[in-house]
Amino acid sequence: MFNYLDYVREKNLPHIWCSGCGDGIILKALIRSLKKLGISKDEAVMVSGIGCASRTAGYIDINTLHTTHGRAIAFATGVKLAKPNLHVIVVTGDGDATAIGGNHYIHAARRNIDLTVLLYNNFIYGMTGGQVSPTTPRGKMASTAPFGNLEPSFNIAGLAQAAGASFVALGDVYHVQQLDKLIASALQKKGFSVVEILTPCPTAYGRRNKQATPVDMMNWLKDNVVLKDKLDKMAEDEKAGKIASGVLWDVEKPEFTSEYGKLIARLKTEKQTKE
Amino acid sequence: MSKSPTGKIVMMQGNDACAEGAIWAGCRFFAGYPITPSSEIAEYLVRKLPKIGGTFIQMEDEIAAMGAIIGASLAGAKALTATSGPGFSLKQENLGHAVMAEVPCVVVDVQRGGPSTGTPTLPAQMDMQQARWGSHGDHGVIALSAASAQEMFEQTIRAFNLAETYMTPVILLFDEIVGHMTERMVLPEKGSVEIVNRRHPEKSPDKYFPYEKTENGIPILANFGTGYRYNVTGLCHDDSGFPTNDSKKIEANIIHLTEKIERHRKDIIRWRELYLDGAEVAVFAYGGVARSARRAVKECREAGIKAGLFEPTTIWPFPSEEILDIAGRVKAFVVPELNLGQMAREVELAAKCRAEIHKVNRVDGDPITPKQIVDKIREVV
Repeated sequence: MFNYLDYVREKNLPHIWCSGCGDGIILKALIRSLKKLGISKDEAVMVSGIGCASRTAGYIDINTLHTTHGRAIAFATGVKLAKPNLHVIVVTGDGDATAIGGNHYIHAARRNIDLTVLLYNNFIYGMTGGQVSPTTPRGKMASTAPFGNLEPSFNIAGLAQAAGASFVALGDVYHVQQLDKLIASALQKKGFSVVEILTPCPTAYGRRNKQATPVDMMNWLKDNVVLKDKLDKMAEDEKAGKIASGVLWDVEKPEFTSEYGKLIARLKTEKQTKE
Repeated sequence: MSKSPTGKIVMMQGNDACAEGAIWAGCRFFAGYPITPSSEIAEYLVRKLPKIGGTFIQMEDEIAAMGAIIGASLAGAKALTATSGPGFSLKQENLGHAVMAEVPCVVVDVQRGGPSTGTPTLPAQMDMQQARWGSHGDHGVIALSAASAQEMFEQTIRAFNLAETYMTPVILLFDEIVGHMTERMVLPEKGSVEIVNRRHPEKSPDKYFPYEKTENGIPILANFGTGYRYNVTGLCHDDSGFPTNDSKKIEANIIHLTEKIERHRKDIIRWRELYLDGAEVAVFAYGGVARSARRAVKECREAGIKAGLFEPTTIWPFPSEEILDIAGRVKAFVVPELNLGQMAREVELAAKCRAEIHKVNRVDGDPITPKQIVDKIREVV
């Protein structure tokens, strides 16, 4: 039988996540993917920012770096460039990656550096108590949007695609088998890969937005997150409020770390030729 | 620092000398963002690093550059970033992360005038206190200065050595005068320069605690990917590297970050003296201003005025004991600075009212002349 504890720092349990939070489901999906791909714990690095999602780094038994708010991708860029053979996984949230860390998110995508970004989207700042985030849907309630959110929300998967990422997917913690496949594909992709993962926050988001129980939130994911191919075939009136999941974008393009490695090799050859 | 190094004589700009020093120190990773008057450091390293298997990256902003060097350092590379006042402000949060997580790295600040955009192309020394207190929270800081291209080369090497020895970021507080000055310097003979490399854990991974203090009170962080899986965080943590809410452990963590520097003051603090024996007036000057100060005290001595010079090459930790000692022997300190008295404050605190403090300040973008210092010395005696 598969033993998750082989990949978990058991002494740090119980975790700090609330009942009904989906973050633990993502951690388990990641562990299964690492195991399946045969990525050793020593060659995997998790770099995280600040927020509930970023606390994942404390529980998984690989090399872990918990950084500052929004900056995980910048730190991860340094790790990857200094040791390109490491599998560098960034764990971040919607606020962390697309508000305070938005600049690093788009530039790492543009650079197409080989990082796997697991972006937990719970539509809210959970750890600080439920403030509105760049992905909070319009009209939804938050502690800093008590009259309903006036701002449109980011399409964070589309943002990565437009900025230059080579792999973009969307999954959620209800459709777990699909999530496993998406994380594994992202880990295997040589290039900047993003998996946006919808995950419930009943404590800070659901209770303000008529989804007070974890079951309500899971049901919402079940009913509204639909495979992209299936969604494309649906009638227009059925599409309303639905979110496309699966691999949304997957292209081959030059990856930054490899390109830099080629530059080093080229300069070495030129030097030898001169000598 | 070697007094008269032997080796290859070259003409070099201060910023280039800094970059060359970094390579000599073993730096193999640079992340930066363009900013005057430090950009030459990046422009030098972008050409050199890939030729020796190192990596250069121009990041999307100053914050990212600071983050990237911390990541690279944890993966085992000696790492550098370079900036100036506005960029140095932006780096402060991640600089604090490097302090908290005890990650060695070097940050160059070729100072210009502030606040805000200030005077990008003109000399100033306005980040002296920002280097000490710019990042939030209590912690010890190591910062060095330089008065010549030669010294920018040597201090950069020393900064890497101190960073690796004490597992901390080290700040190089240079200024535009020296950074943009091209002058004669000596590149020492290969192998003649002391280089400190990072220690690696001797304990097996199952017995390893990343923040356990070794015999000198400094932890050993294993490079990522070497079989030692541990956690690095900016949260208060215990020896295991995991966050803690235990008040005793929090206290130990914070006190350690100051104590690990303070305990080694004697090793870290360096200075130069000129004519201080029997001096009535001691000039306290650093960086580009020290060059004017040297001339000033020589002129004074030639005129029969007993002036001497104390030139700190370590700015932080501040040489308080040395200043107190001098304060007991002189009538007054004269402190010329390209700011409104940032280090004069420290001299005054350290002197404990045993000597007068007189300031010579300039914030108009021009350097302080020897005459300005001589005039002040004459006024004081």
